[in-house]
Amino acid sequence: MAGDIFVSLAFRSVRLHLLRSLLAALGIVIGVVAITTLGIMGANLTLSITAQLSSSGNVIMISPYSGGGRGFGGGGGAEGTNLNITQSQLQEIERVVGANQVIPIYSSSDRITVGPNVGRASILGLKPDTVQDILVVTDGTFLKGGDGALVGPTLAADFSLKVGSRIKLGTDSNSTKSVRVVGILQSAGFGGGLSTDRAIVVTDTWYTANYGESGQYQSVNVIASDISQIGTIENNTAKALNRNAKLPAVRISDSGQFLNTISTTIGSLTSFVTMLGAISLVVAAVSIFNVMIMSVSERVKEIGILRSIGTRKSEIRKMFLYEAIIIGFIGAFIGAVLSIVSGYLTVIAIVGNTAYFFTPASMIYIPQGMVIGIATCVLSGVYPAWRAADLDPIEALRAE
Amino acid sequence: MSDGPVISLADVTKVYHMLAEDVVALDHVSLDIAHGDFIAIMGPSGSGKSTLLNQIGCLDKPTSGDVLINGRSIRQMNDNELTDMRRDTIGYIFQTFNLIPLLTAYENVEYPIILRDKTRAEREKILGLLQTVGIDEALAHHTPSELSGGQQQRIAIARALVNNPDILLCDEPTGNLDSKTGTQIMEMLRTFNEQGKTIIMVTHDTRIAGYAQRTITIQDGRIR
Ligand SMILES: Nc1ncnc2c1ncn2[C@@H]1O[C@H](COP(=O)(O)OP(=O)(O)OP(=O)(O)O)[C@@H](O)[C@H]1O
Ligand SMILES: [Mg+2]
Repeated sequence: MAGDIFVSLAFRSVRLHLLRSLLAALGIVIGVVAITTLGIMGANLTLSITAQLSSSGNVIMISPYSGGGRGFGGGGGAEGTNLNITQSQLQEIERVVGANQVIPIYSSSDRITVGPNVGRASILGLKPDTVQDILVVTDGTFLKGGDGALVGPTLAADFSLKVGSRIKLGTDSNSTKSVRVVGILQSAGFGGGLSTDRAIVVTDTWYTANYGESGQYQSVNVIASDISQIGTIENNTAKALNRNAKLPAVRISDSGQFLNTISTTIGSLTSFVTMLGAISLVVAAVSIFNVMIMSVSERVKEIGILRSIGTRKSEIRKMFLYEAIIIGFIGAFIGAVLSIVSGYLTVIAIVGNTAYFFTPASMIYIPQGMVIGIATCVLSGVYPAWRAADLDPIEALRAE
Repeated sequence: MSDGPVISLADVTKVYHMLAEDVVALDHVSLDIAHGDFIAIMGPSGSGKSTLLNQIGCLDKPTSGDVLINGRSIRQMNDNELTDMRRDTIGYIFQTFNLIPLLTAYENVEYPIILRDKTRAEREKILGLLQTVGIDEALAHHTPSELSGGQQQRIAIARALVNNPDILLCDEPTGNLDSKTGTQIMEMLRTFNEQGKTIIMVTHDTRIAGYAQRTITIQDGRIR
């Protein structure tokens, strides 16, 4: 009740100068929407990528070590550099990982032609029975052999591929290499340690028949049956294959490391973009400051009256700070409502998955944005409020 | 309350330091005002009447000398103490009424009570006081801009009286009013003086000054 009259005076001042106050609030609206939307977008991006990646967190990826220069060792085998994983290296891996599943992968990329459309896609050659273990077909059947192929959903959408479609492969327009689509894969993102969304998956037999390099794998994935064994498996594999520490034969990684890198990248991206939002708040602060200074200079006479009949400096200050807070609340509230809308649209546009939109980790950016918006208002109201309170009552009474 | 003067000015000098020269607005003024006095201050424009009233009204401090209100020295008071003095002990009535434009007549009168008691006033008290100064309930909910000068001055008087101050300071209270309304206002002030308020009033009008028991004339910052 005590501060009531000053809140009421502040409200009346806002109402009396509604347009001016709303324009100032608009700055806060924009600032809050900017930082909140960007925060929500970053959170949703991180959450959805993390979820995709951790579903494949039990995959160890082994690829040839390419840092040492090509053909240096010359002899192939377990030691020395090579662009591929050899058959003997594969056997070594199978030996050290024991019961865990080993998936040798042939891969390359090639020009593809579907009717009049030309593009590129990656080609993955896998054993038909492993395909059944790690991939999900939404339409059609799994690979049976011959020139049957599975295509990723993104690729299928881009080239309007259906079960039965034919894809011509190769740069030569007379090329006779082609596959027939037998199934469309479920969107996996990075499922099973393989990027299949834009890929054509064929049998290893068809792959080696058409692209050669039999027994020369581009990478080998090991799926750990127990996620806590990943470290041990990686160590054993490294010990067996990278005997020469100066000249390692293979690079071993898992999706956990990948996850960290991606989270860090998204994190710094988000904070950079949030800084842009902060700049809009600075602009808002300037406009609030301006409105408050105007409010003070328009009300000099009134301040003189209030002071002359016994209003303390601290009470005058309160009155103007309340005015700033009211403007801040209006702006922050409108900003919060708009942030839900713009955040949702941004998440649809950029992340493409709203499953995490209403989670606390994403929604927290709304109250956070509001608090920052209101704080901005209060801070920019401090100086005008002090100036109002410090006016000399006699001088102020004489104004107008 | 002590038997001494309500207001006592001892050798009060007020100097305004201007760029070109120093303006001596009050020049060694000494004056005692007893409880229940009704004093008119007259003098030519620029003679220092408003400056004198501002010293008594705790709106300003003298350059030298001292003002005692109920025995308390205003030189010793800090800003909050001066402010509380204006709120509780002094009622100020201005030539230009000086109501708070954002508040209704009722709220203007209620405002000093909220300042002092930190709580809303009793409705009957405010309406009763407005009745005393001739403002009915229908007018009480208008804002100052919707009221005539005479009505505004009545409300300003009610506001000055609401915290039951010892002293009423009036700087040309009828200066912006026609003579009929002015007379009504003066009759009202005379009644409050009879009820025990000490009144100090600045005026240019000898007829208005006639309501006072004593007239002080001031010239070039000095009492004559
Ligand atoms: N804030 C100020 N700064 C500088 N000089 C001032 C100030 N206030 C008053 N003065 C000067 O002090 C002198 C007395 O002023 P004051 O307002 O007390 O006169 P007054 O008797 O009330 O005049 P009026 O009848 O015109 O109201 C004048 O010369 C005036 O110019
Ligand atoms: Mg004057």
